[in-house]
Parts: sequence; structure tokens; C-alpha cells
Amino acid sequence: MANPPRQSDTNPAPGIRPIFRAGLWHENPGLVQLLGLCPLLAVSNTLINGLGLGIATIFVMCTTNWLVSATRALTHHDLRLPTFVLMIATFVTVVELLFKAFLFDLHLALGIFLPLIVTNCVILGRAESFASRQPVVAAITDGFAHGTGFACVLIVLGGLRELIGYGTLFRNAEFLFGPVGASLQITLGDGSSGLLLAILPPGAFIGLAMLVALRQFIQQRSKHDPTGRDR
Amino acid sequence: MQSNNRGQRRRGGIFLVALALVAGGLLAYIEDITRWRIADNEAAHRLRALRAVLPEGRYDNEPHLDMIEVLSPDLLGGKAPLPVYRARLGETPVAVVLTAIAPDGFSDEIRTLVGISADGYVIGVRVVAHSETPGLGDGIEIAKSDWILSFSDLKTDNPLAPAWVLRRDGGDFDHLSGATVTSRAVVNAVRNAVSYFNANSVELLANKPPADGLSTDSAPR
Repeated sequence: MANPPRQSDTNPAPGIRPIFRAGLWHENPGLVQLLGLCPLLAVSNTLINGLGLGIATIFVMCTTNWLVSATRALTHHDLRLPTFVLMIATFVTVVELLFKAFLFDLHLALGIFLPLIVTNCVILGRAESFASRQPVVAAITDGFAHGTGFACVLIVLGGLRELIGYGTLFRNAEFLFGPVGASLQITLGDGSSGLLLAILPPGAFIGLAMLVALRQFIQQRSKHDPTGRDR
Repeated sequence: MQSNNRGQRRRGGIFLVALALVAGGLLAYIEDITRWRIADNEAAHRLRALRAVLPEGRYDNEPHLDMIEVLSPDLLGGKAPLPVYRARLGETPVAVVLTAIAPDGFSDEIRTLVGISADGYVIGVRVVAHSETPGLGDGIEIAKSDWILSFSDLKTDNPLAPAWVLRRDGGDFDHLSGATVTSRAVVNAVRNAVSYFNANSVELLANKPPADGLSTDSAPR
């Protein structure tokens, strides 16, 4: 079996700005890599749900990448997957307990998809392909950037589906921001009627497909990349 | 990562075991410090659900703590004992809240709370868990439509009048448009819960409140 070299010894770690450009745009987990689609499609029915899961995912990605990078000298190549999954599962359980204690209604709304963050391929993917080969600061930044990229898709898709399906924005904001959040809700019409398709699973797929196409369109039109292939 | 010889492999294994121990310890600690908050949240959630089907202001105990469990797969549904919560004013029982599970929802079981007052009225019904179709069957949720209010303030004659079925089955209850199966399931579950109450009201109302707030098993007839 091939043994990967310690790349941090031979290649310098990427700088902050390229990491953010990758995580937010060129390698966006939801729109380019198409990873983590199960929670993405299920939880993006309202903006607040998407925002809540996005925050949880960012936290898990940052802590996992930190720990994977900090202990990369101790982890054996053949044991890397059980080690990484153990770390991810621990941090996800911490998040779940904190949500149950401090954001109980949001935890009920997210349901099973909060613990299912463990199975989100983005996290294991970044741990295995980046954090295990890079120093700690770069790894944490990468986790934050990719997590934020994923969260942005959750928020945009959630907001669009909520607006088209319910005619509201920031529905249930008090789940995340406490009682003061209830005043954040913007309502068009009667707040419960809209295109039903947007709230159902097919609407999630169609909405995501349109966002992927939009990102690709913007990328192609960008004067830095007329060929449409992300560098 | 090291991956060259047996010594390094053993080191990797020891690290994995050590990591598991540390992770277990961390989780035990976090669980310990959040346990009371989580229990409070769950109790408050249960109480909020119960308040909706109890007569406001007419009881002074904590119904989510005054609970017994009863087993009645035929009438209340489910296979395991289900909680029954009691509301009292002092020593006098005022109302009970039965948990009724409809096994024949369109998608899956529908779990409801049925509040019945001691003098024989259905105070109200609320659906607490279901998998019915969004936009159609989910009208059984109070947040989505008023349909569930058709069970509020109904007299529970003993025996129940035959009109306790959907209007399209010959009775008094309208169905949700586009969701007949769902509506029928809920009507049946409420009717069975009321029948159970009529048959067992003496035991349901007369049990002394559990001394330490924990549930006691009560054998149904």
C-alpha cells in the first residue's frame, strides 16, 4: 500500500485567501463537490433550519480539522478512518448535547439531521484530504471555509424554499435567537400558502440544481475564467 | 502520518484507544453538566403540549409529573404502556390527558394527546407526532389548520353515539379535504380514547398522585 509523504514538509501550506476562495466558491461542498446532500436537501426547508444546521456543521468542521491536524503525527495511516470518525462523532455529540440544552426547539426542528452530521462526507473528506497533511492553522481555516461554504448554500436554499413555499423569511427565528427573534419574521401574504412543491423533497432537488447552474453561469461569465473550468 | 513499521502501527493503535477514552470522558462530562438543563427543556416541552388540552386555570398541580402508564393496544394503540397525565385542583381530579396512537394514518402512526375532563367532556385533542403528507394530511396539526379543533368541547356520552365517525361515513365529523384516510385515523383514535376513558374513568381519575412524581403502572381493565 502506498504511504503518503508528509506533504507539509515538502509543500508550504496554502495561504488564508486561497483557502477561503476554495471553500466558499471553487470547491463549495454543496454546489461544486455535491457532498453532504442528504442534510442539505432535508433541512433547507426554512432559512432558520438551514442556518442552525450550518452553524453546527461549521463547529464540527473546525474542531475536527483542528484535532486531526494537531494529532497527525500520532495517527497511523491504516487506522485513519476509525480515528477521524471517532473524532467527528465525539464533536457532533457535543454539539447535539449543547443544542438540546440551549436551543431545544431548534434541536426538535432539525430532528435526526443533527446527529447525522457525522455522516456528512464534507467533514471526513476535508479531514482526510487536507487536515491530516497540513498544520493546525491552515486546517482550522480550511474547516471554517468549507463549513461556511456549506452553510451559505443551506441558508440561500432554505431562504428561497421558505419564501416560495410559505411566503415568509426567518420563520421560527426564536428557535435560534430566543424570544426577540420572533419579531424578525417577514411575511408576505398569509404566511402559510405558497408553492407547495418548494417545501417538498422534489422542490429541494430542483432548487439545488438551479443554484448549481447559477454558480456555474457566474463562474463562466467571470472574466478570470472564460473557459468555465475553476482553477 | 506515520505508516512504516509495526512499532508505528502499534503507536497508532494505542493512540486510537487513548482517544476513545478521552472522548468518552469528555462526553460524560458534557452530558453531566447539561443534564439538568435538558431535563428541564423536555419537561417544559411536555407541559406545553399538555396545556393545550387541559382547562386553563382550573388545576393547580403539575400534570406532566402526575403520570401513570396504561397498556391498551386495542383502544389506545401502540404496543407499550402509554402515559396518562392527570390534572387536579387540590385533591380533586379535574381532567386526564390520554395518549392515543392512531395506527392507520396515511403514512404511519399518528400520536395524539386527548384531554378529557372529569365531568365527561373532550376538552381538546392535539397531534404531537405524525408523518402525514405536507399540504394535505398535515392539516391535523394545529399550526397548519383549525381542523383539530372540531374535537374541542364535545360531550362524551357513555356509550358513544354512533355519530363519532366522519360525515362521509355517516357521522358528524368533517374530513380534511384531500386527506380522508388521515382524518378517519384521527377520528377513530379519539373515539377509541373516549371509549377507554368511559370504561376506566374511575381508575384513571381516582389514583392518588404518585408520591415521588414518578409513574406507577396501573392495570387497565
